[in-house]
Amino acid sequence: MSTPPSPPPDPAERRSDGAALSTGAASASTPAGRAAPALALRGLWKRFGDNVAVAGVDLDVPAGSFFGLVGPNGAGKTTTLSMATGLLRPDAGAVWVHGRPLWADPTAAKRMLGVLPDGVRLFDRLTGAQLITYAGLLRGMDRATVTERTQDLLRALDLAADADKLVVDYSAGMTKKVALASALIHAPRLLVLDEPFEAVDPVSATNIRSILHSYVATGGTVIVSSHVMDLVERMCDHVAVVAQGRVLAAGTVADVRGGLSLEDRFVELVGGRGTGEGLAWLRT
Amino acid sequence: MVAHLIRLKLALLRNGLRRSPWQVVGLAFAALYGLGIVVIACAGLIALAFVPVAEVTVALTLAGAAAVVGWWVVPLVASGVDATLDPRRFVTFAVPRRQLLLGLGLAGVVGVPGAVTTLLALGTVVSWFRGPATVLAALVGALLGVATCVVGARAWTTLLAGLVGSRRFREGAGVLLVIPLMLLGPLLSGIAAVVADGAQALPGIARTLAWTPLGAPWAIPGDVATGAWGSALVRTLLAAATVGGLAVVWSFALTRSLESPPATRGAAARTRGLGLIGRLPGTPTGAVAARCLVYWVRDPRYAASLVIVPLLPVLLHFVGSPGGAVMLAVAPLSAFLMGWSISADVAYDGTAFWLQVSSAVSGRADRAGRVVAAAVISVPLTLALAVGSVWWTDRWDALLAVLGMSIGILLTALGLSSVVSARFLYPVPQSGQSPFSSSTGGSGVNLLTQLVGWTVLTLLVLPELVVGVLAIVRGDAGLGLATLAVGLVLGAVLLVAGVLLGARLFDRRGPELMQQVVAMA
Repeated sequence: MSTPPSPPPDPAERRSDGAALSTGAASASTPAGRAAPALALRGLWKRFGDNVAVAGVDLDVPAGSFFGLVGPNGAGKTTTLSMATGLLRPDAGAVWVHGRPLWADPTAAKRMLGVLPDGVRLFDRLTGAQLITYAGLLRGMDRATVTERTQDLLRALDLAADADKLVVDYSAGMTKKVALASALIHAPRLLVLDEPFEAVDPVSATNIRSILHSYVATGGTVIVSSHVMDLVERMCDHVAVVAQGRVLAAGTVADVRGGLSLEDRFVELVGGRGTGEGLAWLRT
Repeated sequence: MVAHLIRLKLALLRNGLRRSPWQVVGLAFAALYGLGIVVIACAGLIALAFVPVAEVTVALTLAGAAAVVGWWVVPLVASGVDATLDPRRFVTFAVPRRQLLLGLGLAGVVGVPGAVTTLLALGTVVSWFRGPATVLAALVGALLGVATCVVGARAWTTLLAGLVGSRRFREGAGVLLVIPLMLLGPLLSGIAAVVADGAQALPGIARTLAWTPLGAPWAIPGDVATGAWGSALVRTLLAAATVGGLAVVWSFALTRSLESPPATRGAAARTRGLGLIGRLPGTPTGAVAARCLVYWVRDPRYAASLVIVPLLPVLLHFVGSPGGAVMLAVAPLSAFLMGWSISADVAYDGTAFWLQVSSAVSGRADRAGRVVAAAVISVPLTLALAVGSVWWTDRWDALLAVLGMSIGILLTALGLSSVVSARFLYPVPQSGQSPFSSSTGGSGVNLLTQLVGWTVLTLLVLPELVVGVLAIVRGDAGLGLATLAVGLVLGAVLLVAGVLLGARLFDRRGPELMQQVVAMA
């Protein structure tokens, strides 16, 4: 990685940073204000050993937007989203969810968050229905609501027939869907989905997209990470391009695209396009 | 290819050490322990060179057979045993079967237990330094013996891993685990016979063992030294056939596990409705407890942690004199082990732990739920064992003392486990893996955490232990009542304290725990 590992700001500086933002930057976090973005990231840093995974990410996700996070493999998308959802403590930086500081007051912020992480297991010895119910009860919801919503979610995600099957026996796509249901059960205001369409069949993907669209239409906010530009271009209204742990461009899809297709613009921003030659032996 | 596999094993060991300084401490610990054994045993082996042939044969046959049994049984019982080179990882590489077996077998010698065994086996050559023929025989015997150990360990673990990992097993037949362990019975009765008859029985046992696969390789040099060429030849053939047979078993088991990975075998299991999650109270604590109980039933890793419990009475029966008071230790010991069994609960969750973090479940609800689940399993078992052991020994006067010690230990252990699992994660088999496998280089840390944890636990339960033992020895009813009081009160206080402290750690360190389980996955 070419980024020099400059030292992250110390905690005191972090706090003043946050305070300055809440007063200074107009668009950012005025606590609980109507104008507060659904998600605000400021100066997020994460380093694993010598490897800087996220190098100072600043990002505002407007409330009510369908936000796409795109970037090449190893860009730090998953790390950023883990820090934005309270699963990974940042070395420095701050996160606000609808004006609530996530790392200072995790319980309040996490109540508004629905998360679908990538590359982690589920409690897969539970059945699909059990897992969704468990996720609801864990959040302190009452049983009647949980039961009703579990049935709705199972139906909406085409899982009703497999509700009594162990999640460990689910296919990859079904697993994604049941995880999505667990993220939706408490009706969060902000949904953060890491690679939600990976391994999901086209019919289910269409269903999920329409669920997400109607969720956004009724005031919810969705963040999806993906490396399928086409999908992001069609589905999202906002997009951020991330590479090497930094945000290269962010804004509405039209702004970021600037007349090109998102894919071309992405390659232009990120660079590293090969010549397509060099594997002369790979012929049959 | 073979050299490749050994290099791979060394590289895995080295990289495992690079991940955390604790791994280095663990390995140093294991190496020191191994070195201690080697030094003491080497002195013994050298001393044997000046002892009459008959006695050397007896000593080495018994020691060798014990080593073989250790290699065969320990990997099945302990989860801290190395399974770094899981053959399933080689599925996609076109490695010829023969070379894979040879490579994995030799790689099994790399590591502390393998090195110690090999060194000591070769050390027997010194004991047999009585002429070229015996030296040669000792060398052949040692190689065959080590091969029996290593190949046997691989064969049994691979064979049983398939059994343990299969769906039918996973669906609650955790008891099956006990069956191979029951093989210990005959061995223990042998030990009991020695206790009864004194050392007189040893030569007889050695003679018998020398005609079994366990002892044959170690007895070959003795035959050569006394000129019994016929039996030397038969024993050599027997030992060689054992190694060959084990290799065939291993190869068969390997083929089976490679061609039909247990994870996908069998029909999908179904549960009507919500099961326990629908029945326990609809609160976060209730949900956690229900989820953990489902795992106690469905996850073989939890069953494996309980496997020693039904075995304890058998073990103690043979250790103690018949009808002796040692049997009364069954319930306290089981309570100790069962209470400790949730000390790795977060590690057992693996990366699925994200749900706990992301739903901001309170530390109290999480800790309390896990304790409740463990208590539902262990309290009835402990009480039954306590009453059962008193009945067996006919010491009804000791009932209160045994109950007091068992309850006190169980509550304290649950409390301590609640703290430990929120603070110290050690590598455990991942969900779906064989409960007998362990992660790369983890066994040292594993051992260290458990050792320290057990020491602390012993210190915490010392009050009821001392009063209880006094009550049993003196047959004092008043002291028995005092034990029950101390056990209940102190245990309850420590349990609450442990859950509260564990809850605070959990609330503060949720993301750090998450990062650790991700790093171990």
